[in-house]
Amino acid sequence: MTKDAVEALSLNNITKRFGELTANDAVSLSVNVGEVVALLGENGAGKTTLMNVLFGLYTADSGTVRVFSETLPPGNSRAALDAGVGMVHQHFTLADNLTVQENITLGVHSLMKLSLGRAAAKARITALSKKFHLAVSPDARVGTLSVGERQRVEILKALYRDVRVLILDEPTAVLTPQETDDLFATLRLAIKEGLSIIFISHKLHEVMAIADRVVVLRHGKMAGGVDTKDTDKNALAAMMMGTEATPPDVSPAKLGAPLLALRNVTTPDSGSIPILKSVSLELKAGQIVGLAGVSGNGQAAMADVVGGVLNPRDGHVVLGTEIVQKWTPRIAVQSGIARIPEDRHKTGTIADFDLVENAILERYSSKDFSKGGWLNWHKSRAFADRIIDKYDVRCPGSDTPIRLLSGGNMQKLILGRVLEANPQIILANQPVRGLDIGAVNYVHSQLLAARKRGAAVLLISEDLDEVMALSDVIHVISNGRLSPEFKRGEMTPAQLGLWMAGQGFQTDTAHAS
Amino acid sequence: MRLEPIKNPTLARKLAPPMIALFATIVIASLLAMVAGANPFTVIGLILKGAFGSTFATLETLNRATPLIFTGLAVSVAFRAKFWNIGAEAQLYAGALMTVLLGTGVLPWPSFAILPVIIIAAILAGAVVLLVPALMKTRFGVDEVVTTLLFNFIFLLFISMLLEGVLKDPMGMGWPKSARLIPEARLPRIVDGLRLHWGFGLAIFSAICIWIIQTRSTLGYEMRAVGLNKEAAAFAGIPVNVVIVKTALLSGGLAALAGFSEVAGLKGSLTLDLSPGFGYTGIIVAMLALLNPLGVVVAALFVAGIFVGADSMSRAADVPTYLADIMLATALLLMVLAIMLTRFRVVRE
Repeated sequence: MTKDAVEALSLNNITKRFGELTANDAVSLSVNVGEVVALLGENGAGKTTLMNVLFGLYTADSGTVRVFSETLPPGNSRAALDAGVGMVHQHFTLADNLTVQENITLGVHSLMKLSLGRAAAKARITALSKKFHLAVSPDARVGTLSVGERQRVEILKALYRDVRVLILDEPTAVLTPQETDDLFATLRLAIKEGLSIIFISHKLHEVMAIADRVVVLRHGKMAGGVDTKDTDKNALAAMMMGTEATPPDVSPAKLGAPLLALRNVTTPDSGSIPILKSVSLELKAGQIVGLAGVSGNGQAAMADVVGGVLNPRDGHVVLGTEIVQKWTPRIAVQSGIARIPEDRHKTGTIADFDLVENAILERYSSKDFSKGGWLNWHKSRAFADRIIDKYDVRCPGSDTPIRLLSGGNMQKLILGRVLEANPQIILANQPVRGLDIGAVNYVHSQLLAARKRGAAVLLISEDLDEVMALSDVIHVISNGRLSPEFKRGEMTPAQLGLWMAGQGFQTDTAHAS
Repeated sequence: MRLEPIKNPTLARKLAPPMIALFATIVIASLLAMVAGANPFTVIGLILKGAFGSTFATLETLNRATPLIFTGLAVSVAFRAKFWNIGAEAQLYAGALMTVLLGTGVLPWPSFAILPVIIIAAILAGAVVLLVPALMKTRFGVDEVVTTLLFNFIFLLFISMLLEGVLKDPMGMGWPKSARLIPEARLPRIVDGLRLHWGFGLAIFSAICIWIIQTRSTLGYEMRAVGLNKEAAAFAGIPVNVVIVKTALLSGGLAALAGFSEVAGLKGSLTLDLSPGFGYTGIIVAMLALLNPLGVVVAALFVAGIFVGADSMSRAADVPTYLADIMLATALLLMVLAIMLTRFRVVRE
């Protein structure tokens, strides 16, 4: 930036190894006062490791951390916080049952003092939220807030602690495009106040919009550092991935009959996940249907209904032309639905089972793998070996516990498990979350190949870019309601963003009557 | 400093915990023996001799191990599916009750049919006793630790009521004791003239069956899947609640066989002191065996050996038999500790 810039924070030649893996290889990053620096990189590029080094959660093998010219002692998790560095994590660290004010002041005030100074704290929070355009009521219970509001609480929490360097980890992953704009306005105000910001992301257009400088990580190494005014999105993408990004090949496929449909489906309210409200959806052969939306708007319920985990309270699931009477995961699998679950660690696999046991998880009771209640380990092992071979699952052998595999290889096993049965319907729920670019391309090519051979695909993703790149038609889900169908290219991201924010839907009163 | 899990433990590391626990238990027992004023080598030697030093001693140990194998299997089966059955004691008495109800001459069938019928009925009785907590768990989410544990006390009081009332042996001189089994309902001895009965054979057979079920059958696969990750099991289409109920039936049935084998093989009648806590000791056996059904046999022999050996050691060396209880407790604690130390490594930051 300017010549008289004051350095706020710098990480110098940080190297961190985990056994064979070098997560950070001589990475340097600095941010000046009043500057936004973006840390750009694919999943697994080493962004999180770098931040953990900064906060003293890991001790770097070499390199130093300096905050306002003071070198921080390595491995001390309080040092960075005390020096005025604050972080807003991707997964919020708020207590749902406390109010906004209680969450913000938690841990700031001494427990030994008799007076809590509530009035003063409240005045300060109100002032901060006015100054930085972070509208949220101090007395609201956090459990009742929307995701966007919770993020504002997190930022307020950092500001309340007088942070001078604010780190935001993938802050826009949970926001609509419009909310993102609001966030950026707040960040610009913060810079004016003399704060410094590190903005971690893998979304290029956001980085271009907000950052002054960009540091790109690739496979733990510095792939480059440039001023945003001297670069463009394509150059950044090339830096991030090592090659020019190639858009997936979505040559038109032959459209067929509807294979699965939801007719006015409303899901029961169990209190744990947001419900679907009278949703209708059609999955046709040879088509990828994308479900866009901000996280927590009913995607989980949608995936559960299609995957057989949840039965509609009202409405029907229609398979081909028949209304489904009994709907369980096993029946869904037997009906030819391939299910790629959102969380491969918690629901997709059993960590302590080996690859063979995980490969047959959905179909162990079918006659392919068992007879009269006795498993055929011979056939099961052959099946697992076939998946390992065909889907290039990197592992020491089929008797390895699956927890030892990387996320990408775990996902390949799941893909193989469901695609080997030649499914006609594919439910892909966040299929590339947390995968590196190679694995992402692989998963996408498999979905496109399935579409080409006439399968119907439902792609649920919080990444709007992914949905727009792959889908033939897009529905937006917001607060449990489904938008009409939009054809490829019919809508701009901004227009979809309005739908994601809940605009354009008919009011609920029509359903209430 | 912090602990970091060792990702792929070698076979040696997997086998190390029981060895370390055994060794450390002997060291601690020796120290206690010294405190009691005896020579530790003599004490350990006497325990070994008392447990395995003669044919009579060995067979006594095998007899004592028999109910522990059954209750150990019952616990290991349930724990494998993360169904915490603490109520093997009640299920044991249910099996024993069924044995005396049917074995005191009420069955009109030919003699060769009597034992099989009693065995099946005893298994069913234990299964039904555990079915109630299992259904309460799957239907209403009631914690099975509480229900199975409390059921032990209820069931023991119920047995006490029966023994003071309808089941009381008229020839029993007023003692709370049931009538004796008819000879056809007794488990024969394996070798004539020696006290070891076929209950031991049935226990070994059961352990092998359970091992085959766990490693080869779809039910065993389901039970392991539910135990390791209920959410993934449900997503994959495994009927979790059905599996829990099936597990409970199997576990209850196994524990009931302990009661059957004690009454039909050893005691011949039902009294309130039939089990000195076999149901609870089964938990220790199962944990020492790391829930492996074949390991249960080894662990039961170890535990039975300590009890039988300590009895005879106590008479010879004048060290209290409580040493046996302490040895069991330390063995269990050290086992847990040894597992942690062999599965994790300490990383210095």
